Amino acid sequence: MKLIGGYTEEMRKSIENVNKTRSKRINEAFPHMTMEERDKVLKENHPDYKTDVKRALLYGENKGDIVPEEIANILESYPIINPDEIDLSKIDYDVGVLIIGAGGAGTAAAIWANYSGVPAEDILVSSKLRHGDANTVMAQGGIQIADRPEDSPLIHYLDAVGGGHFDNIPELAKALVSDAPTILKWHKDLGVMYDLDENGNFMVLSGGGTSRFRMHSSKDYTGLEIFRVVRDEFRNLNIPVLEFTPAIELLTDETGRVAGAILYHLETKQYFVVRAKTTIMATGGFGRLHVAGFPTTNHYGATMDGVLMAYRANAKLRNLESTQFHPTGAAYPEQIVGLLITEKVRGLGAQVLGRNGEQVCYPLEPRDVEASAIIRCCNNTDNYIESPTGMRGVWLDSPLIEEIRGKGTIKKNLAAMDRMFQRFGIDMTVDPILIYPTLHYQNGGVLHDERCHSSIPGLMIAGEVSGGVHGKNRLMGNSLLEINVFGRRAGIEAAKEINKVKVGKLSLDHVRKNTLTLDSLGLKEKRYAPMLLPEYRSDIVIDRLVQLYE
Amino acid sequence: MSKIKTITENEKEENYKVKIYIMGQVYEVPATLTIMKAMEFVGYKFTRGSGCRAGFCGACSTVYRKEGDFHIYTALACQTMVEEGMFLTQLPFVPADRPVYDINNLVASANAVLRYFPEVARCLSCNACSKVCPQDIKVMDYIQHSLQGQIDKAAEESFDCVSCGLCVIRCPAEIPQYHVAQLVRRLYGRYIMKTPSYLGERIKEIDDGIYEDGFKELFSLSKDELEEKYKNRDKETN
Repeated sequence: MKLIGGYTEEMRKSIENVNKTRSKRINEAFPHMTMEERDKVLKENHPDYKTDVKRALLYGENKGDIVPEEIANILESYPIINPDEIDLSKIDYDVGVLIIGAGGAGTAAAIWANYSGVPAEDILVSSKLRHGDANTVMAQGGIQIADRPEDSPLIHYLDAVGGGHFDNIPELAKALVSDAPTILKWHKDLGVMYDLDENGNFMVLSGGGTSRFRMHSSKDYTGLEIFRVVRDEFRNLNIPVLEFTPAIELLTDETGRVAGAILYHLETKQYFVVRAKTTIMATGGFGRLHVAGFPTTNHYGATMDGVLMAYRANAKLRNLESTQFHPTGAAYPEQIVGLLITEKVRGLGAQVLGRNGEQVCYPLEPRDVEASAIIRCCNNTDNYIESPTGMRGVWLDSPLIEEIRGKGTIKKNLAAMDRMFQRFGIDMTVDPILIYPTLHYQNGGVLHDERCHSSIPGLMIAGEVSGGVHGKNRLMGNSLLEINVFGRRAGIEAAKEINKVKVGKLSLDHVRKNTLTLDSLGLKEKRYAPMLLPEYRSDIVIDRLVQLYE
Repeated sequence: MSKIKTITENEKEENYKVKIYIMGQVYEVPATLTIMKAMEFVGYKFTRGSGCRAGFCGACSTVYRKEGDFHIYTALACQTMVEEGMFLTQLPFVPADRPVYDINNLVASANAVLRYFPEVARCLSCNACSKVCPQDIKVMDYIQHSLQGQIDKAAEESFDCVSCGLCVIRCPAEIPQYHVAQLVRRLYGRYIMKTPSYLGERIKEIDDGIYEDGFKELFSLSKDELEEKYKNRDKETN
């Protein structure tokens, strides 16, 4: 196959259209949709509104809720351990605060628990992969903080609940926007390199669905920069972390209170019993479940383990009916299909174009609306571009950024994006890039209140694993904010909690009960979860796998 | 465990294959795969060696040679296509200890760097670190900037680092470059980059409760009223 600057001859023909229209489009504002138009495009195109890929949950606190098939399959799975084979009389770790998950939320929670008086040795952090292998470090575009005089927490609130289809829990959305400036101050004091403009103010952009320039960033490595600084602080505090040792089941006591967890070492294959006065669940999201068959931007371990463990322990969930598809995943080349093209590309001025080189939609609608408009263009019109492997997509006119903001803007502000495309032979400063929506974020999750308590005692929730703060759709930049705001709140609250708590006898009875319930459902297929890691080996290999006796 | 099929998976027979060697064993894999996906294709299920799968986390540092070529090449497995005749292996872990420090009690200077990383002074200027960097960072330059107390330059040059550790493995002076980079970036962010004054003012406003009445009013609205307010909100323009 002959490629010219990374693209096929067929794709080049369409790129010519893009180049021809650019000078005309530079001053062309595509109108944004009315609320009625938003509704229509969502209902007709967004996977959330497709009934054939969803079903009702058969048991538990959220019985009857309609959720994507892949999520129901996980929640209706059998445990991967036999509770009778686990010896709970020997406690390996006895701590005040157990934190499950070592991404942005878990790490912030640990630090703030320590700041609030919990000694480092009374905290334990469990990480499935390395400390920081999480969606946090992949967040590129920015973090929303209403700190400028032109902005206010009230406007930030209104943007967030409008984007979330007014289904956000008001107290959670208020906490999110009100703590934001404090988080920024904390990060600055730790030494996070937020971008500044020539006047020494924070450099800010707008994001999809925001009515103010509120997106604070560190180039397009915002999540990585915030996280590596926060993790560095964590390491200076000497807080213990177990890597490659995920939780596989919560523990409860005779009152139903969560009392710790069973951890499993992925490399040595042994389990550990952790007793904890308070357990903070911060396990992140579910992109690796490939909801509705979509590729994903998520990291390798995003398999929804936390929601499942909490659900087995009777926690209430919320908003799992809705899934966030990021409007702009890479659709070409094949090697990077599904990877994130940050919203900042549109924030800086790139437009969304069809094969004819004309705009398809306003570039910064809320994410679900923008994704739906792109899906509509690719599925219901012939104005799409097809890649050599048959993947459909639309153009994101990145060279327009250089026209609007000057040569060198992409290298300076979108270094990660530029580098990724260069690696595969494409120069996004001169050619547009092909995009299609990709599975990005778990909008819903475990219900919690503004002090991070779940519906069951002893279990606190922070980060993407949670549900309620974003309603049915999260706005860009509110997730890097969320993990810090609720991670911090969880840590502070846990420090208060552990002084007044007594934990009873450890048990896995809730898991046994769960198994009995599943037995009574007459499920057609018997599945096992938490999944821990997704399966990408080829079928030829999987067909030949064998378990040896030991 | 069953595999979840995605809509992008190419169901067609892959005709074009390349031959690669994974830890010495030869395999034929589709030419369109990255090193990471090729290893999964032949049957490796990662615990180590796979993190973000998008070039941000540094979990998949890979070292390889090519047939008939004496050079050692390095790459991130998730960001590099397989090539005919690659001999490759992944680094599961890079040992690189880091000292404990308190960012609140430091000065942004060469002394701070040398206090915690005296080995920086052993830099031979051999440039092996820069050559090996999959992010094309001029690693040697930022180490030299750190040594000379040019904290701003060191921070900016090292900014795109994903801590894959390949520089640490290659360095004859045994410097843990990415830990040095982390320290200088924190010094720069904390002591040299300014904080606009409006941030502190906003925090005080929130602490003083001046937005409480506004939230009460928003909470009291019906969904329709809230939607009306949302629709009519003004939008800041350039």
